[in-house]
Amino acid sequence: MRSGRFKNLSIVDSLLWLFRVGIIVLVIWGSYKGLTSGKYTAEVWRDFFIFGLAQGGIYALIALGYTLVYGILFMINFAHGEVFMSGAFTAYFVADAFDKSGFLNSNPIAALSIVMLVSMAMSITIAALLERIAYRPLRGAPRLVPLITAIGASYFLQYAFRGLYGSGKKVYPEPAILSGKWIILGAPVLKTQVVVFVTAVAMMFILYYFVQKTKTGKAMRAVAENKDVARLMGIDVDQVIVTTFVVGAAMAGVAGVLYGLLFKQVDFIMGFIPGIKAFTAAVLGGIGNIPGAMVGGLVLGVIESVGPSLVLEGLGIPAAYQLKDVIAFTMLVLILIFRPQGILGQTLSEKKM
Amino acid sequence: MKQQADTNFNLKEMIQLGATGGVILILLSLFGMVESFVERDIIYKSLSLGIALVFGVIFIFGYLSAKRNGNAKSSVGIAAGLITGLVASAMLAILVYAIEPLTLRAVFVNASPALIEALTFGQEMIPGLMTLVGLSAVASLLGAIIFTLPPVPRSAILVGIIMVITVGTLEELISDVIVNIFKLFDAKKAGKSFAGIFFAKEGLSLQGSVITFVSAAVISTLWKLRSQKMKTSFNKLPPATQKSAKISTLVILSLITIFMPQIIGSYLSEILVIVAIYTLMGFGLNIVVGFAGLLDLGYVAFFAIGAYTMGLLTSIQLPQTTGLTGVQMTFWTALPFAVGASVLWGILLGVPVLRMRGDYLAIVTLGFGEIIRVLALSNFLQPLIGGAQGILGIPKPIVFGFELKTSQELYYLVIIAAALAAFISWRLRDSRTGRSWMAMREDEDVAEAMGINLIKTKLLAFATGAALSGLAGAIFAAKLGSIYPHSFNLLISINVLSLIIVGGIGSLPGVVVGAFVLVGLPELLREFSEYRMLIFGALLVTMMLVKPEGIWPAAVQKRELHGHEEDESGIEPAPA
Amino acid sequence: MGILTAKNVSKRFGGLVAVNNVSVDIDEKTIFAVIGPNGAGKTTFFNCLTGFYTPEEGEIIFQGEDIKGIPTDQITRQGISRTYQNIRLFSNMTAIENILVGQEPQLKSSWIGAIFASPGTRREEEEAHQEARRLLRFVGMRGFGDYLAKNLPYGAQRRLEIARALASKPTMLLLDEPTAGMNPNETAEMTDFIQHIRDDLGITVLLIEHDMRVVMGISDWITVLDYGAKIAEGTPEDIRNNPKVIEAYLGTGAAGQVDSAEQIAE
Repeated sequence: MRSGRFKNLSIVDSLLWLFRVGIIVLVIWGSYKGLTSGKYTAEVWRDFFIFGLAQGGIYALIALGYTLVYGILFMINFAHGEVFMSGAFTAYFVADAFDKSGFLNSNPIAALSIVMLVSMAMSITIAALLERIAYRPLRGAPRLVPLITAIGASYFLQYAFRGLYGSGKKVYPEPAILSGKWIILGAPVLKTQVVVFVTAVAMMFILYYFVQKTKTGKAMRAVAENKDVARLMGIDVDQVIVTTFVVGAAMAGVAGVLYGLLFKQVDFIMGFIPGIKAFTAAVLGGIGNIPGAMVGGLVLGVIESVGPSLVLEGLGIPAAYQLKDVIAFTMLVLILIFRPQGILGQTLSEKKM
Repeated sequence: MKQQADTNFNLKEMIQLGATGGVILILLSLFGMVESFVERDIIYKSLSLGIALVFGVIFIFGYLSAKRNGNAKSSVGIAAGLITGLVASAMLAILVYAIEPLTLRAVFVNASPALIEALTFGQEMIPGLMTLVGLSAVASLLGAIIFTLPPVPRSAILVGIIMVITVGTLEELISDVIVNIFKLFDAKKAGKSFAGIFFAKEGLSLQGSVITFVSAAVISTLWKLRSQKMKTSFNKLPPATQKSAKISTLVILSLITIFMPQIIGSYLSEILVIVAIYTLMGFGLNIVVGFAGLLDLGYVAFFAIGAYTMGLLTSIQLPQTTGLTGVQMTFWTALPFAVGASVLWGILLGVPVLRMRGDYLAIVTLGFGEIIRVLALSNFLQPLIGGAQGILGIPKPIVFGFELKTSQELYYLVIIAAALAAFISWRLRDSRTGRSWMAMREDEDVAEAMGINLIKTKLLAFATGAALSGLAGAIFAAKLGSIYPHSFNLLISINVLSLIIVGGIGSLPGVVVGAFVLVGLPELLREFSEYRMLIFGALLVTMMLVKPEGIWPAAVQKRELHGHEEDESGIEPAPA
Repeated sequence: MGILTAKNVSKRFGGLVAVNNVSVDIDEKTIFAVIGPNGAGKTTFFNCLTGFYTPEEGEIIFQGEDIKGIPTDQITRQGISRTYQNIRLFSNMTAIENILVGQEPQLKSSWIGAIFASPGTRREEEEAHQEARRLLRFVGMRGFGDYLAKNLPYGAQRRLEIARALASKPTMLLLDEPTAGMNPNETAEMTDFIQHIRDDLGITVLLIEHDMRVVMGISDWITVLDYGAKIAEGTPEDIRNNPKVIEAYLGTGAAGQVDSAEQIAE
């Protein structure tokens, strides 16, 4: 009997180990080849890295929405990518109007702030409606049900906005003040990327302060810990859940405008891929964990930006940029398999999963 | 004040309801549904689909308002309906009026002159909007009045209206089917003139809509009044007669199944083939999600693997770089390889996720699905599997020297495959294996403590699901003759998952029903393809809110009473 | 040496020692009770025996074989079967289906046999269904077979769980608080029923129980745990008068005020 003791486990475990070692070897070998090939100069690597930070900041802001909602309701808000899209897409029209009237260039800070507020307002409206109509009635239903609702809502929102604003790609205007480069620590860096990154980080700190220090934030954490007890303590749980959606949506709204600044275009389908990426970031950092989402977003952004050129081209794969998404998804799969609690590991009990 | 309370006259609620209706109307208009549906006649030259949509919404809100407020007195209900309808239509009228002064078109692409023309009925702005509000008042009054009717005429009228709209919308398909049925009896001309009674150039003719309305209303009334009686009288028949009645129903059904492609023509056959392929995948995913409780969002991966294996092994136009150019198997030789490859990948991808549960499993499988799609699309694997150009020149299946070319012929292949999948699902469900899956779905730890080997049981579920999906993929490749990576996107996984959930998770008839509703209906309404996903999303949400257990939920198996006959003591009644 | 011997078993969770150096020796066909205050580590000890946890130290010998660290499903196949403190039935399956799942270690038919409905599979299924109906009657639940487990009344759920455990034809049955939440009548019935299981089926019963009357009434041997460690063992007579036990339940100094452990329950 002793021989059969670990029979079941050992096959699976050894396969997993093989997989793990294989991946690590591939990554190291690829990186070595990529670095020694000399195809890219140090400046190019630095640019990749900074772009990665900027895009990572956007991922992180969206990821916060996933993490906040997951932390409280243990549901993946599949439609969060659309919440992000709704803000960015709506704010485009404001930005465009400002651009045409000259306000964007004469008063860039005020103009961008208004654009951002519009974006946040739209995202918040959509998220609150989503919570009220699609999710609240289903609290306590089997897990599959809200997941399907979220998927349905996601498609509905995509095509509703396509119906409203049209299916074409819209080009986000760029204020003149943001074109060109700044020299930071002796290195020229695109101004847009700096602004995007700094804004994202600032928003994250504001959110962190909000959740840690304010009364509402404390109520949110209490509800995340235990809804029933929180209710007994006199916390309006429904209200807190709405607040959670709203706060997450506000972050997504900001991310939407930053996305417009960084990638220069928006359309109705823009929420899907960043949504999944941001979810990956949330999982990467440890879902339900706010600093985790921030770290996860930045890490993912950088890996996605540097990875294809570094590892994949190092391995001799042609047109490696096409496989950018594969890197993100592979990261997701690997993290979930080997370290489901994420980088800043807050372990989830089995019940929560 | 007191009087208002007595009669439940709640003005605020009526206005709120009206405002909701108004928002819906404004959204429908801005989505572009009204203006594009206006071009489609339900009743020739009298009623377009777009107008039916607007007044349909008003009608429904009138009905709802009467329902909310008309409990005490029908006159209050009717007044409530009218107020709600007026509020809703006024909001729409304001939108129409504001379009040009506010240049709404700059933002909302569908706030176009065409929309204004449609909603002002081609008249000047003010008289047009007055017509709109006036007709809305009529529609909401109708809705409210119909609510106050007794149940039998009420449901008769509602069924009649719904039937007229359905038949009018599907006019082309229905008239084709009528002609095809006559064709079976060599009377094509008679069929055409028969269809001509009902249908005009576009939509129902006037007499056609009257006939449809009246017959639908009469049939539904008779059904309501008689069905219970018929059921009881059927149960009174001797068992032998009952049995033969059941057998003859079965024979008729199978005859219909066999002649279906001839009856419904090539367009509907095409749709049926697509529905059957989804049904096949649905049965597979139902095993994984419905029976074993493993939420898989990357199911399309196995569909793709089946399709690509079929393509690579059979294609006559493979690029040299694949190294498989000389293989060129037939469909039937390649089929086991396609299914086998899917199973193999099912197990390989299953191993890493063995210890994952719930949402995490969903996300990892989603990741797998996307990885496979992106890889198939990439230049990296292009030499092997064709990249974005896909694989061309996949031959059709040949049965006894007869090539299954058209959908009307492929129909038989997919129907047999889907029936096979249903059969396998049914046999497995009622076996030791099926029970192990369900036990695992209910409580993994306890299932293991009952002696169930979780690893084997999970992998078997993944493998079976992958096999059916691979089979579907192989047939799909042969049907299209060429495959592209774009055909294997996340939407397919979502569609299959949605159809088993909408049908009723774990339920076998539910898979079929779900496939017809979520795949068949949108295909039928292809001309509205622009709004397909919008409706799909709204339908999923509504379905989950209203009937989360699905249209045809899984039945509880009766096992105790069956087989109790051998007990001498007889059967005790189960307490309630 | 009895049917099951645990030697110096310890299980830790981080810094907490949930089970501390516990040894028991259970004779065949006895009713053996494990008692102790809440949080004493009784259920953790159960979980070590059934393979749900692997203890860090000690060994567990069942019928002459070391079963420590073996996966749960294997241990069940060797003849240990259990119920749960908070009922864990397969709630969306019927009562009969629950029992059928419990028969898993007895069944051999494969999925291939199921698809083709081979004669062997059909025979096995028929026998399994008959056995399930027999067990249903044995636990007094005739007529409840086609009810979903979640729709059964509480007492019936408890009995169904035992029927499911018996379906694997165990040589040893672990019952985790079988009378929890029952009224006195139901408790008395359950007590009789446990004795039945031992007397008629010859199954060794290991029992966690809070109700002292049940424990004192039917146990052949009692082990008392407190803070994960064994503080006493013996016949009900020994335990009844053991001051350490009374202290564990009621705190220091209580021993003088109560005459026997049985009073605690009252």
